[in-house]
Amino acid sequence: MNIHLIANHLNELADNSDTGFIFDSLPIAGEVDVLQVTITGREEIPIFVSVTDDQILCIAYLWGEEEVKQDTRGEMLEAMVEMNIPMPLSSFSKIDEKYVIFGALSVNSSLHDVEHELSVLSDNSLEVINEMADYLL
Amino acid sequence: MSIFSKIITAIRGGASEAGEAIVDANATRIFAQEIRDAENHLTKAKRDLTGIMAKQMQAKRELDRINRSITEHEGYATTALNQGNEALALEVAEKIAGLEAELAEQQTSFDNYEKGAIRLKDLVKGTERQLADYQRQLSMVKTTESVQKATAAITDNFSNSNSKLLNAKQSLERIKEKQQDFDDRMQAADDLAAEGSDQSLKDKLAAAGIGEQQTSANSVLDRLKSKQG
Repeated sequence: MNIHLIANHLNELADNSDTGFIFDSLPIAGEVDVLQVTITGREEIPIFVSVTDDQILCIAYLWGEEEVKQDTRGEMLEAMVEMNIPMPLSSFSKIDEKYVIFGALSVNSSLHDVEHELSVLSDNSLEVINEMADYLL
Repeated sequence: MSIFSKIITAIRGGASEAGEAIVDANATRIFAQEIRDAENHLTKAKRDLTGIMAKQMQAKRELDRINRSITEHEGYATTALNQGNEALALEVAEKIAGLEAELAEQQTSFDNYEKGAIRLKDLVKGTERQLADYQRQLSMVKTTESVQKATAAITDNFSNSNSKLLNAKQSLERIKEKQQDFDDRMQAADDLAAEGSDQSLKDKLAAAGIGEQQTSANSVLDRLKSKQG
């Protein structure tokens, strides 16, 4: 599995995805290959996909530390930790100063699994921002 | 220090700055080398184990053969005694004593092979466990580094394209608006389709002569004729 296979799959899907989404993907060059996947209508929250030796990582950036209301930061973190298990397939993390939602798949996953992961991750990210809006500026 | 605590220390300490690795590249290389060494040990231990188990089976076959031979010669000795041939019986008994010495020797080898096999099996299990642990730790280091490199690529991409990241709430609002717009357009399309199908039904009814009828010249003439009559 590599990001180019995923990109080809998503671009070939066009209107025929099982998830009802239209994906657009753009490879980003760098020391590690990253695929930027956007879903039509949700361009503001792209998903970044990278493939390592044993897993496929799909990451969406949620909000920056500077957007967090500092007086309720503890409550927000607790709410996020509590939400981690009920939330299907995705988990929270923090990369540098950015809070992220991510899903990790085995490199042996099918392209169909990857597509499903991307749609669930996108749904989850919107839902999380909606639910956590009170903690954000 | 475990890899896990190294990673935590590195992340908390801001080693995520560009160019700085979680665990220095040299350490990662040494670690990868240790894994390869462990894999080699494992392959060798497994090969040794196969060899020793084969020898153990051979020893077992030899033991069975000697035991069978002893039983056989005991039978000969008894027969010789029954025939009163003491000299022949003694000769057979000497043969049996020789076989028994051979049996003891074979038994010792068999026991040694068995002990060796058990020891090697333990070694293989231990090495496999250690290897799995090494691989898990190396995977943690590699994943952390890969995520950092991916993040760097993403950040570069954003700053290069000059596209400013919206904040989370703004993004959600924009997406919701688009969704609303999309829903409205879907609704409008549905309404249009419904109106269309309504109209086509009317047309069909009219064609079948049901419902409101257009007054035609012929029908007016018919009406006038009937009044005259």
